[in-house]
Amino acid sequence: MLKEAFAGLSKNASMVVSVVLVTFISLTFVGVAMLLQGQINAMRDYWDDRAQVVITFCSSIDEGGNCIGEAATDEQIAAVRTKLATPPLDAYVESAEYLTSVQVLQNTKEVLGDNPVVSFLTPDLIGASVRVTLDDPAEADVVVESISGFDGVFAVDDTRKFLEPIFGMLNAASAAAIGVAVLMLVAAVLLIGTTIRLSAFSRRRELGIMRLVGASNSFIETPFVLEGVIASLIGSLLAGGALIAIVQFFVKGSLGAELGGTGLLVGVWDAVAVVPVLVGIGVLLAAISASVAIKRYLRV
Amino acid sequence: MIRFENVTKSYPGTTRPALGDVSVEIQKGEFVFLVGASGSGKSSMLRLILKEEKPTRGQIYVLGKKLSALPNRKVPYFRRSIGVVFQDFRLLPGRTVYDNVAFTLQVIGKSRGFIQEAVPDALKMVGLAGKANRMPHELSGGEQQRVAIARAVVNKPAILLADEPTGNLDPETAQGIMALLERINLGGTTIVMATHAQDVVDRMQRRVIELMTGRIVRDERQGGYVTQALPILPELGGLGAS
Repeated sequence: MLKEAFAGLSKNASMVVSVVLVTFISLTFVGVAMLLQGQINAMRDYWDDRAQVVITFCSSIDEGGNCIGEAATDEQIAAVRTKLATPPLDAYVESAEYLTSVQVLQNTKEVLGDNPVVSFLTPDLIGASVRVTLDDPAEADVVVESISGFDGVFAVDDTRKFLEPIFGMLNAASAAAIGVAVLMLVAAVLLIGTTIRLSAFSRRRELGIMRLVGASNSFIETPFVLEGVIASLIGSLLAGGALIAIVQFFVKGSLGAELGGTGLLVGVWDAVAVVPVLVGIGVLLAAISASVAIKRYLRV
Repeated sequence: MIRFENVTKSYPGTTRPALGDVSVEIQKGEFVFLVGASGSGKSSMLRLILKEEKPTRGQIYVLGKKLSALPNRKVPYFRRSIGVVFQDFRLLPGRTVYDNVAFTLQVIGKSRGFIQEAVPDALKMVGLAGKANRMPHELSGGEQQRVAIARAVVNKPAILLADEPTGNLDPETAQGIMALLERINLGGTTIVMATHAQDVVDRMQRRVIELMTGRIVRDERQGGYVTQALPILPELGGLGAS
């Protein structure tokens, strides 16, 4: 049976090559979409673990909103810290770290290094702050809402919102990859069906005799299904190889070098894990479309 | 063995049915000729027996099975007990004589050992023992038909259907094919043969069922192509105008 399947494959080689290429490209897009989703989830997990709500108090130069051009008083700061530590807010708060303006300046200097701006900063230009770590980062709005109205509070920020544009971009890229993948998969399914029909047509004499002498449907069907499955198996293995190469050379190679440290990025092993899924999708779709295509020749 | 009960077969888009209210019974071991003009319904009867088509009305019983009750997935197994021979032989051009006959057994999953025994037997029976390795195009028409017959009977079917098996052959070669079919019939196989060959029918003197526009107009125990019982143009009987 395998022999017949390979004979069929070599008979219409050009169609088979196109089936291989189309499954190759479509499944590569499927794989890219899956890895992008994996990347997004990994980043969300990473940043959710580190997500904080940063409450910044007024400094002597802040005006407008709750600020009146002078630094927040100790009482105002204490009021906010008490609010965080008593019900109902304390249920959401895992920990709250108070940083004086001197400490904030110190942190800023560490981040900016020997940037010339640093020499102009003095503690009175910078407000003190409270960094609130939440049990559930999704509840950040509760804290933001409750604290924003307090006197002496300059701003309350959920740090995750700075990452939203990045997630938006990744999501859009992932959706685009899924869209292309679906279109290409439809093309692959139709092409496999057409190829199998062509193969069956070129062997219709044999098929006619097979039906006449009582060959069972599965006996007639199997070589054709195998033909489709082998072609798409080759395509999906190529797609798996391409995916691993993309991760190895693009993500790990250039992206990793640019961002420094690859801990956050998907790795080669993630790509390897996706390969069986691609092979599964490819083989399943090919088997289904080939057996649907051959049904016409099995009608009794 | 084969029983038609009030069988009507209409094809879509035609007004006159191909078969109209046909009832007939064929016993085990019989040799039956179906005669009649083109389009009289002979081939339709053969296709209905094979369950290649379903009757519009009526019931057909073959080998004790009610065909309308036979599910599609069981049709292949049912067909294994029926051999078929056609006017145009229908051999596989790319395979040797041996492989053409073996093909039947391969596709129904017989063992290699069984095939190696059964195929030479069948070829010997049809008189082609020495030509097992020839290709079909190297053979004469009569020889090709013998290969087709060997293929049809290699699995020892209970029924052999033949649709104008001598239609492409000269009278002498046809005579040889008929002798072969007769021998197969003597072995116990029921044979139903649709034909236009008047000389063949007349010489054999077997049961003749004549169809005209889808109806049975004659069913004679030992008849000729044209009936002897009702002497219509008796001078033509036995002249061999095929």
